[in-house]
Amino acid sequence: MTLEERVMAALQTVKDPEIPSISVVDLGIVYEVRTIGLHVEIDAMPTFSGCPALDIMKRDMTLAVEDIQEVKSVTVTYIRNPIWTTDRVSEKGRLELKEYGIAPPEAHDGNEWRVPCPYCGSVYTTLDNIFGPAACRSILYCKSCKNPFEAMKPVSI
Amino acid sequence: MESIEYRNCLIELLYQLADDDFILAYRGSEWLGLAPHIEEDVAFSSISQDLMGHATLYYSLLEELGEGKADSLTHNRRPEKFRNAIILELPNGTGTYLVNPDFDWGFTVVRNYFYTLAKKIRLDSIKKESYEPLQHIVKKISVEMTYHLMHWETWFIQLMNSTPEARSRMETAIKLVLEDFEGVLSYGDLGDQIVTLSLIESEATLKQRFIAELQKKEPIDLSMKMKNGDGRNGTHTKHLTTSLAILSEVYQSIPATEW
Repeated sequence: MTLEERVMAALQTVKDPEIPSISVVDLGIVYEVRTIGLHVEIDAMPTFSGCPALDIMKRDMTLAVEDIQEVKSVTVTYIRNPIWTTDRVSEKGRLELKEYGIAPPEAHDGNEWRVPCPYCGSVYTTLDNIFGPAACRSILYCKSCKNPFEAMKPVSI
Repeated sequence: MESIEYRNCLIELLYQLADDDFILAYRGSEWLGLAPHIEEDVAFSSISQDLMGHATLYYSLLEELGEGKADSLTHNRRPEKFRNAIILELPNGTGTYLVNPDFDWGFTVVRNYFYTLAKKIRLDSIKKESYEPLQHIVKKISVEMTYHLMHWETWFIQLMNSTPEARSRMETAIKLVLEDFEGVLSYGDLGDQIVTLSLIESEATLKQRFIAELQKKEPIDLSMKMKNGDGRNGTHTKHLTTSLAILSEVYQSIPATEW
């Protein structure tokens, strides 16, 4: 494995502290990894700018990559451009969100936002609150299986 | 950076953008646990958290421009150095969030809706032409604030079309907000230079857009003033001083603490 590959593997172990089933890679916040000799530079994209998990993820990314034996130093920078959108969540990430009971982001179709229930798959769901317990999540209710659930708030440009 | 004048004007505009979001985020956070219902408590806290995040983005740019650490800019700056519009620092009502909070929800809805609409118009203008790193920040903020605008617009329209009591309280709130709302649309003493340097379009242009947008929703009289002065020039009320003292209480107790 090249050093870049080992860095990516290390980053796979770093989870979002508020959604521990998904890694920062599958969440789409790792934008670019560069190695300069034994120094590693990581460009990351903030999800929501007020998200308190950003600093924690930055620290955890640094620690995970520092653990690779030959790595001498690591810099993680949150970049401003381009910006993170929910399209960046990987297929694997979408499944991992569901495992945690969070419906993955759905593409906007005009004003309609159909979110299948992560438990039963029904689309007979209603939006309770666009704002949820974290900046990136909304609260919904499934009228089929009668479960409240959360969905990742769609973010597109 | 093109010139010292450009740098000064950019810094001035950044403080205006940052301090507006910062102080309104604080006022919003005072509602925690007091909002009309639990869903609103969740939504309003989330919006306030986003606003604080937006302020952080601007402060990080100020930090890069040599203005000092973001934490220090918010916790160690004297009130007269703040550039927020005065309407955003005024209290939510009488009492404090700890003792007898008799907060005014109508005032809060009007202030937040008008501010969010003005903010959108301001950011759209910056997106057209301005300092490039600022344009990147603004693009990010625009995406997040779409939900804020939807939220406050819903409240505004519903309360305006609700019972006669609601309507009358909203009209009182609108008058109160407009008395100082000119301050949100002002760029202060450096305004002409800020506009000449293409950092943002003119106050008059943005004001016209603001009034046109709002009148699409409600045909109300939107004559506005700066009754308490222009916060962009460092004029503020005692309420800003009190708020900053509360905000920075923990920081001031042990300034060396890592945040």
